[in-house]
Amino acid sequence: MATGIRDKVCILGMGCTKFGERWDMSAGDLMVDALRDALEDAGLEKKDLQAAWLGVHIDEINIGKGGTYAGMNLHLPLIPVTRVENFCASGTEAFRGAAYGVASGAYDIALAIGVEKLKDTGYGGLPDSPAFGQQMIFLGPNATAPGLFAQLATAYAAKFNIPMERVKEAITHVSWKSHQNGAKNPRAHLRKAVSKEQIMGSPMVAYPLGLFDCCGVSDGSAAAIVTTPEIAKKLKPNNPLVKVKALQISVSSGEEAMYDKWDGAGVLTTQTAARKAYEEAGIKDPRKEISMMEVHDCFSITELVTMEDLGISPPGGAPDDILNGFFDLDGQLPCQPDGGLKCFGHPIGASGLRMIFEMYNQFLGRWPEDRAVKNPKFGLTHNLGGIPNGNVASIAIFGVD
Amino acid sequence: MVGISSYGGYVPRYRLNRMMVFGSMGWLNPVIITNARGEKAVANFDEDSITMSVAAGMDCLKGVDRDSIEAVYFATTTAPFKERQSANLVAGALGARDEIRSADFTGSLKSGTSALLSALEFAAANNGAKAVVCAGDCRLGKMASTQEMVFGDAGAALLVGGDDDVIAEYKGSFSVSHDFVDHLRGANTKYDRMWEERWIRDVGYASFIPQAIQGLCDKYALNAADFDKVVYPCYYGGARKKINGMFGEGDKVQDDMQATVGDSGAAHPLLMLSAALETAQPGQKLLLVSYGSGCDAMWFEVTDAISKAQDGRGVSRWLARRADLDNYQKYLVWRGMAPPELGIRGETDKETRWSLIWRDHKAILGLVGEKCKACGAQQFPPGRVCANPECGVMDEMEPVYLADKGGKIFTYTADMLAASLSPPAVYGTVSFNGGGRTVMDFADCAVDDIAVGDPLDFSFRLKFYDPKRDIPNYFWKAIPAVEEVK
Repeated sequence: MATGIRDKVCILGMGCTKFGERWDMSAGDLMVDALRDALEDAGLEKKDLQAAWLGVHIDEINIGKGGTYAGMNLHLPLIPVTRVENFCASGTEAFRGAAYGVASGAYDIALAIGVEKLKDTGYGGLPDSPAFGQQMIFLGPNATAPGLFAQLATAYAAKFNIPMERVKEAITHVSWKSHQNGAKNPRAHLRKAVSKEQIMGSPMVAYPLGLFDCCGVSDGSAAAIVTTPEIAKKLKPNNPLVKVKALQISVSSGEEAMYDKWDGAGVLTTQTAARKAYEEAGIKDPRKEISMMEVHDCFSITELVTMEDLGISPPGGAPDDILNGFFDLDGQLPCQPDGGLKCFGHPIGASGLRMIFEMYNQFLGRWPEDRAVKNPKFGLTHNLGGIPNGNVASIAIFGVD
Repeated sequence: MVGISSYGGYVPRYRLNRMMVFGSMGWLNPVIITNARGEKAVANFDEDSITMSVAAGMDCLKGVDRDSIEAVYFATTTAPFKERQSANLVAGALGARDEIRSADFTGSLKSGTSALLSALEFAAANNGAKAVVCAGDCRLGKMASTQEMVFGDAGAALLVGGDDDVIAEYKGSFSVSHDFVDHLRGANTKYDRMWEERWIRDVGYASFIPQAIQGLCDKYALNAADFDKVVYPCYYGGARKKINGMFGEGDKVQDDMQATVGDSGAAHPLLMLSAALETAQPGQKLLLVSYGSGCDAMWFEVTDAISKAQDGRGVSRWLARRADLDNYQKYLVWRGMAPPELGIRGETDKETRWSLIWRDHKAILGLVGEKCKACGAQQFPPGRVCANPECGVMDEMEPVYLADKGGKIFTYTADMLAASLSPPAVYGTVSFNGGGRTVMDFADCAVDDIAVGDPLDFSFRLKFYDPKRDIPNYFWKAIPAVEEVK
């Protein structure tokens, strides 16, 4: 009988670069920074790493294919390096690979490292790529990510009969809140607080999403070194242990894209992964028990529907919670305490690990007072990769002993 | 008996006021003011001769069992391919079977009537077998040319068959053929060139059309005044006046649509005929004459079945569905006459993989999806596994033609980031009538025109053009449902 991942793995050390337009650094250079910081935090050396998982999605300009770029660039000691590529969940997938590696007993210490260098693509926004196969060049729309996610807003407004102005007001608050948080974070790409008027008045990108409803595009890398609680206690006897409580992935079945039942106003995979993750972590009432979240705010509307998909807000209730400040840094359940994708941008393979980095450091009480979450019990990270009707969702839940 | 059993027309939504052309280009060639009356129909950036022919064909074939079609003919002077038969794209889009005859008719403006004659002869030789004739043209004149003023874009379609279905019985024809080079485009030439207009008017239209009509009358012992409705293309007022004198008293001559559409080339005689059939009465004698490298003259007698076919199909409803093309520069960009900067997304190399296309060709050309034999769920694109999560059976699918089924808007957006010649790119999720969903491009609408739940029709369009390999690729888009004009 499968028992899940709960309490079988803990984080020994993490590193995360500053995210941004890192014109001076290659993907390899960014990974060196993330790995060095993670090793230093863990008190280990490269030779202690027994296996590695590399999370990267579309950067083949710097990285090419496979795991060799990471092995050769970081000069890892001839250990297995497995590249995992699963849209925006790639970073969390790398973490999952490393966590399962140590939980299985195959390894004592494993590395998860995520990286993406988007600024060499020449694109504002994600580059065009046959993400769903070349058949879709002929059968799919001439679409971009903002337009595909924007449709959540039209479906949401229609389903709950909420005027688009109210939805727009709520998603404006989402971006406003993230900019408030990101402004305090030296690793964030965008570090300016912006007014709601600026957000609301920004040029339309894809109706009803304006420029400030979209996350940035940036370069970055983040890394985690994981082990078992037993080994962690030996290596760091005086440190609290940040433990993995749940790791869940859900991938679309094609139902959302082709069948008539899905409401279009939420994401089935997030709902499914969340349900399984709560069960794995032993969480009964997520709205009360979870202390902080980093969710996949590729677009402000994604964060809004995610609040309902995670079972935090009731159906149709996310706009009220958002506008009541429930998810603000000083609210009941801070969401994006580090500034989120909104301020970090979205170097795809790194984002999931960047979120885990935020949880890890919050649990260890390492952040200054003005952006610290008080006495966190459970911290949740969430990624949504692909598009609302065809995607992969990942949920990771952490806790501290 | 054989004859025409249905008709259809298509005029693209956008219309360019000719005074706008004069206002933009009159400084170069002030004489174009002489043609600066009314408006011309302009194909959207994603329309061409093939797509407009399909639109007219869909109009013509409403309610017609596609399996009954035995031949599909396509006529144009602006085919996108030198080698690749356009008629097969048209046939696929119309949902015809594979076991049919198909042919392209081209090279002259009378190719539309040449295709019609071949279809009638095909029906006559095959016990009234059904043949569809689709014509479309999208001809270009240079900036500030007379042709730019006069030409318009449109499509027309006629279904030919036998017996009870026939609404206009085919009675006979007479043709003249000349190497009379009034207009010319070489094999590698984009723009029309013409000789002196007075010569075209007097020696061309005003001579050959009467010659063909007289030949027809002599052959069938008719008098030109016997005809009740007369259809012929000619945008020279002086020549029209002279030719109209042949038909005696009464309002018999069909409007040439110069003020509303412009000269739509190979499609034009068929477009005018289609308009004439919208108001034709049983027993009327109908004369159709084309012009270009000679003339085909044909005559028909309208049957009692006409009233059943006067149900809102035809060109009128498309004429009524109009929007101003608000600037001349947009026209230039849409027609490929001026290069726009589309940013890096406009540079994406989209290579056409022909073996993939062939595997999916029914889905691409005919919007052919599937219906699950076990649970009845419809799905698109086709696949071997039922998308209904409660069913999920494998290999129990049968094909279903979705192009004429319509649908409803489930979600939508308007995207300024996507590379488009008509930004923002409007697209969304469509719920097919009968079940199933897909995300597709929308055409002929702005975000303010649409809402969740609105009814949609499907329209065959240019999906993207690969400039590196000179390949236009086609697929279906959704358009706001077109109300029928009663």
